[in-house]
Amino acid sequence: MSSAAISLKDLDISYGDTKVVRDVTFDVATGESFALVGESGSGKSTVLKAIAGLAPEWTGEVSVLGKPRGHGTDRAFSETCQMVFQDPYASLHPRKTIDTVLSEPLAIHGIGKRSEKVVEMLGAVGLDQRFRFRFPHQLSGGQRQRVAIARALMLEPKVMLLDEPTSALDVSVQAEILNLLKRLRREQGLTYLMVTHNLPVVSFMCDRMAVMNKGRIVEIAPKTALYDGSFADPYTRDLYAASGGNPDADPVVAAASESKDPA
Amino acid sequence: MTDVPLLEIEDLRVSFATPKGPVEVVKGLNLTLGREERLGIVGESGSGKSMTGRSILRLIRSPGRQTAKTLRFDGLDLMGQSNRQMRQIRGARISMIMQDPKFSLNPVMTIGHQIAEALQVHEKLPRRDLNARVIEMLNSVRINEPERVAKMYPHEVSGGMGQRVMIAMMLIPRPQLLIADEPTSALDVSVQAQVLDLIEELVTGNGMGLILISHDLNLVARYCDRIMVMNGGEVVEACAAADLHKASHPYTKGLLAAQPRMQETRDELPVLDRSGGAGT
Repeated sequence: MSSAAISLKDLDISYGDTKVVRDVTFDVATGESFALVGESGSGKSTVLKAIAGLAPEWTGEVSVLGKPRGHGTDRAFSETCQMVFQDPYASLHPRKTIDTVLSEPLAIHGIGKRSEKVVEMLGAVGLDQRFRFRFPHQLSGGQRQRVAIARALMLEPKVMLLDEPTSALDVSVQAEILNLLKRLRREQGLTYLMVTHNLPVVSFMCDRMAVMNKGRIVEIAPKTALYDGSFADPYTRDLYAASGGNPDADPVVAAASESKDPA
Repeated sequence: MTDVPLLEIEDLRVSFATPKGPVEVVKGLNLTLGREERLGIVGESGSGKSMTGRSILRLIRSPGRQTAKTLRFDGLDLMGQSNRQMRQIRGARISMIMQDPKFSLNPVMTIGHQIAEALQVHEKLPRRDLNARVIEMLNSVRINEPERVAKMYPHEVSGGMGQRVMIAMMLIPRPQLLIADEPTSALDVSVQAQVLDLIEELVTGNGMGLILISHDLNLVARYCDRIMVMNGGEVVEACAAADLHKASHPYTKGLLAAQPRMQETRDELPVLDRSGGAGT
């Protein structure tokens, strides 16, 4: 498929002798927002790491924007695909100013006009210019996550890998970051592959999702399945029920879909 | 039983001294908890909800200071108790479950030993009875093969199991009031529901009072009778859990609206106005 931004085929990933992910196959279309859902230890973050080159022990095929991906870090690759990590308290260097953090990718790739680009990017992620020469500890969690997103966008990538970008944040801050991610995707035509355990966030951000359990994908479903809980796999249904189901669901429709379920 | 409420708090204040003068993190909180009542305290980071929970046990460490006009538990004035008397109350009559089992369990003690210790501090029991109580307690928090688990160390069990061990430890002296401070936020969604169901069952089964502290409004609404919403050290709204959707305070409404829904149709989530605060 030429239109796939990310294409994984028969991906197996291991850490040492332990195989943690098996037979993962899916395509994410260009401009799509795709979610990987599952519990801790299901291997969802590992899939992202393998794509980003942080978990090099894999077999199978990984290609991003039509180009096959090698096993290590790759300079050309990082211009097209960037990752945002879960915990903004851990992912920013404590002794580098925001300006240094944001200019670094430009310096590594030999790109000029760094100052203008930093200023522009701070504006794009909704951070005031006064934060430019501050250190991470002077920023709140939400502000730090904005910096982490800005850093990932500095090289103008087309594909973003998001690893639980809001799970360390408060509800109201989460809303701001989700809005920001949604706006950036619309403005810059980005493709998202997002890992999360929060099903309502999937409903807000994503078009499709893959549900993972014990290192395997058990189901790929459109986000509309969240409206009525029409999942085929029993594990997914349990996960959906544990998340509280959909309290806004039309009871008649929900009952109808339930009775259809066995078929 | 008497008509005395289980817990009565009037004008509770917690402050921390800083170079710029004292900062109040809880500003005059009032609360009454009936016997067998389940109260939820909801708020975001820094709202003072955890400080409220801790101050009931007088666990605010120096330089923090707590004052209260009334802090009465089962007719007993907690502010007037000495440290030694407070130690008799903590654990035995009021218990607290902390957020993360990874940091709250002693890594070099077996699980059985830790649970037994919690009981031994308050009751003198022969060793055989002690073991029996530990196994019985592990059974009641639905741990399979309790004899085997009792011999394990905390790093050998999963997060959900660790939290169950914590619950066992906190409930074994049969307290009258349980304070659960974010008991499930370190756990997976599916395990979350199990742990909360367990807490609910044990609390109602033993006729205990419960204060559930969390940042998750919907979760608290599912497990409590009454809800208090805190923001900036103050209670902004108190209502019955069933009436949460009728909440009137703008902050509560904002929190409810900011949460993505299972069936999301909005293009953008409404965001709380932070012009008064520090901003994100």
